[in-house]
Amino acid sequence: MTQIVLRPSQLNTLIRLLADKRYEVIAPTLRDGAIVYDRIESADDLPVGWTDEQEPGRYRLKRREDQARFGYAVGPQSWKKYLHPAEVRLWSAERQNNTFRILNNETQPARPLAFLGIRACELAAIAVQDRVLLEDKYHDPIYDRNRRGAFIIAVQCTHAAATCFCASMGSGPKARGSFDLALTELDADGNHRFVAEAGSDRGTEVLAGLEATPASVDDLQQAEATVEAAGRRQMRSIDNTGIKELLYENFNHARWDDVAKRCLTCANCTMVCPTCFCTSVEDVSDITGDHAERWRRWDSCFTLNFSYIHGGNVRASAKARYRQWMTHKLASWIDQFGSSGCVGCGRCITWCPVGIDITEEVRAIRESPASSLPLSLKDINHGNA
Amino acid sequence: MAAAPKIDPMLPQQYSVREVVKETADTFTLTLESSNGTAADRFHPGQFSMLWVFGVGELPISISGDPAQHHRLVYTVRSVGQATYALVSCEVGDGIGVRGPFGTGWPVEQAHGRDVLVVAGGIGLAPLRPVIYEVLHNREKYGRLVILYGARSPRDLLYRKELTAWARQPDTQVLVSVDYGGLSWRGHVGVVTTLLKFARLQPPRSVAMVCGPEIMMRFVARDLETHGLARENIYLSMERNMKCAVGFCGHCQYGPHFICKDGPIFSYDRLRPLLEEYEL
Amino acid sequence: METLERIIAEHPFFAGFESHFPNLLTGCASNARFDEDTYIFKEGEEANDFYLIRAGRVAVEIFAPQRKPIMVATLGEGEILGWSWLLPPYHRKFHARAIEPVRAIALDGKCLRTKCEQNHDLGYEMLKRFALILEQRLEATRFQLLDVYAVR
Repeated sequence: MTQIVLRPSQLNTLIRLLADKRYEVIAPTLRDGAIVYDRIESADDLPVGWTDEQEPGRYRLKRREDQARFGYAVGPQSWKKYLHPAEVRLWSAERQNNTFRILNNETQPARPLAFLGIRACELAAIAVQDRVLLEDKYHDPIYDRNRRGAFIIAVQCTHAAATCFCASMGSGPKARGSFDLALTELDADGNHRFVAEAGSDRGTEVLAGLEATPASVDDLQQAEATVEAAGRRQMRSIDNTGIKELLYENFNHARWDDVAKRCLTCANCTMVCPTCFCTSVEDVSDITGDHAERWRRWDSCFTLNFSYIHGGNVRASAKARYRQWMTHKLASWIDQFGSSGCVGCGRCITWCPVGIDITEEVRAIRESPASSLPLSLKDINHGNA
Repeated sequence: MAAAPKIDPMLPQQYSVREVVKETADTFTLTLESSNGTAADRFHPGQFSMLWVFGVGELPISISGDPAQHHRLVYTVRSVGQATYALVSCEVGDGIGVRGPFGTGWPVEQAHGRDVLVVAGGIGLAPLRPVIYEVLHNREKYGRLVILYGARSPRDLLYRKELTAWARQPDTQVLVSVDYGGLSWRGHVGVVTTLLKFARLQPPRSVAMVCGPEIMMRFVARDLETHGLARENIYLSMERNMKCAVGFCGHCQYGPHFICKDGPIFSYDRLRPLLEEYEL
Repeated sequence: METLERIIAEHPFFAGFESHFPNLLTGCASNARFDEDTYIFKEGEEANDFYLIRAGRVAVEIFAPQRKPIMVATLGEGEILGWSWLLPPYHRKFHARAIEPVRAIALDGKCLRTKCEQNHDLGYEMLKRFALILEQRLEATRFQLLDVYAVR
């Protein structure tokens, strides 16, 4: 695949080309002291010259020395904001005497979306949600509509936040495939430029519309080295060796009591997680009682009534709810969908108000496993994995 | 990247109530028929539907009707909350939204050539009734049919006439027990597991299908194992919170399983390590 | 008496019993019949015997002053009725009422206690069998107490 070099000013051309193709371009932009994903009109709306500082329970924006367009890690939002939105009306119905009529509501986005600035961990997260919502026994048409039209421009990571651990999850920092275009931002030698690579026919078509010079061997080597370095700078990791068995066998580990003392069950980790897919489906009716709607909303296994069955909640304690989240994410997800549910983006660490660090929780259990417990889940036979 | 048009699993079909039968003080059997005359999908005994009542909400309810009469959907519902109350309060002609059938169902095919032991507790007889119909319609394909049914009290017994009729079928044994008997009750008093010693079947060639409150199923499964049934021949029907029934909402997760799409029926050997964990 | 010995030997309670034990017990055994709606024993009586139920159903009841007797459990064919004979003070704790015509073998408790004291192998075997029944009844009682079918 031919790779080309773009000048920073050509990002605008790229955005214009996408707009000409009727795409609405969604990209990182500054809002409320954070880098979020939103509609942009031009490349000036990107967080030019900004970076982020992330630590457990801490996120701050900081000025960079340079004019980098993508010199930061992931913010609080993920692309599920668009692909698997927080609120969707599934359908509505009108009362007709003692029965009703269902009105199917088309939820097709007004324009197809182009996502500019998707990181490797986020591409991995999208693949994880694809597996859950499109490739299992049933097929979610809402996710499908949002997903299939989307034009994906990946950005290779050249910066790692202190909370990043994608390298240990095998999901980054380099995006390999599953994109239409991928950009690597280079500026170390004072020559600010982007190495662009097409990953699909429509990506190639868009690139063809840009005046571009082919990437030199030096450009490619620099691009490769910069991304590799970002991976090496990651300070956190999860050792995934036998992690499913580790967590199944340590269902009654004392660490769950320890983390439960810190966990506020606020559900932030599940809201920021790019793979958490759980939803609730609720009825809304108007005051006349003649119009009813079914809404799907993000839900979280940290809420008390998530596990409600007649008579009470199955997971009443904070311990049980944290354990469910982490064990699902890192262990039972493997049984259910053939991969980990974690992509190492680190959002759950940054956005936890008390700074609970999933990598530390795994490490604590691994360092003192209690696998001799009489009750263990190691005999689980999923049977349909 | 044009998507192949697929049906929306969240969109209900319109049905209307054709009949409501009062079973006990709080339990009713509803028969539904498609509002536009189309036949319902065939269902497998043990499968469930999501039933939606206008403006109230949606509930997972097991199909309790005859699989051979799949043009009608039959549900036995116990009124225990707002949504179930709305369902049992429906009148003939009322519209109900139906999604499904969902779930894996009871192992009625695997049970061919074997004795079938049905163990039901309370409303748990409803999801098992299609198994009983299936066995009685295909009597030659099965060995003995033993139905053990435990209820709270004589006035909580479901399908009383049918229980009597089933007991008269060849190679069929029906034993009923109540936890609290009145003085006029001439039947068994005691939990459903106390009936097991009276069951005339060959445990090594039997398949057990158990449905009731989770605690009851734990007691039953343990006793069945003691009586010589292999764990893989004991099946339980599990319940967890369920919003979508198609594996999207995440609520019904039970260890590695989704109750909605991997279950609700599981063999005891698959469930055993999970059943005894608190707050799983 | 041979018939009685065979009946004892074939009763599920004695399944796997060493072959000479039923012979030892036969001397303590007698046939018993109870008509429907008659009391086999009542609370507070001396517990002089226990029964191997051969046919019919027995209700174990407890009396409460302001209400009708409460049926705690029923026992049927193949089951054992009564274990108060085994432990001091050898008094009945419940009423037992035949709710169907009942045929049973009655085993004399005093006679059995003497034999068990004389022959500890027999005594241990009997205790193991009664312990199993008590364990099953205790578990069933706990299960019953849970009132699992109630609306919560």
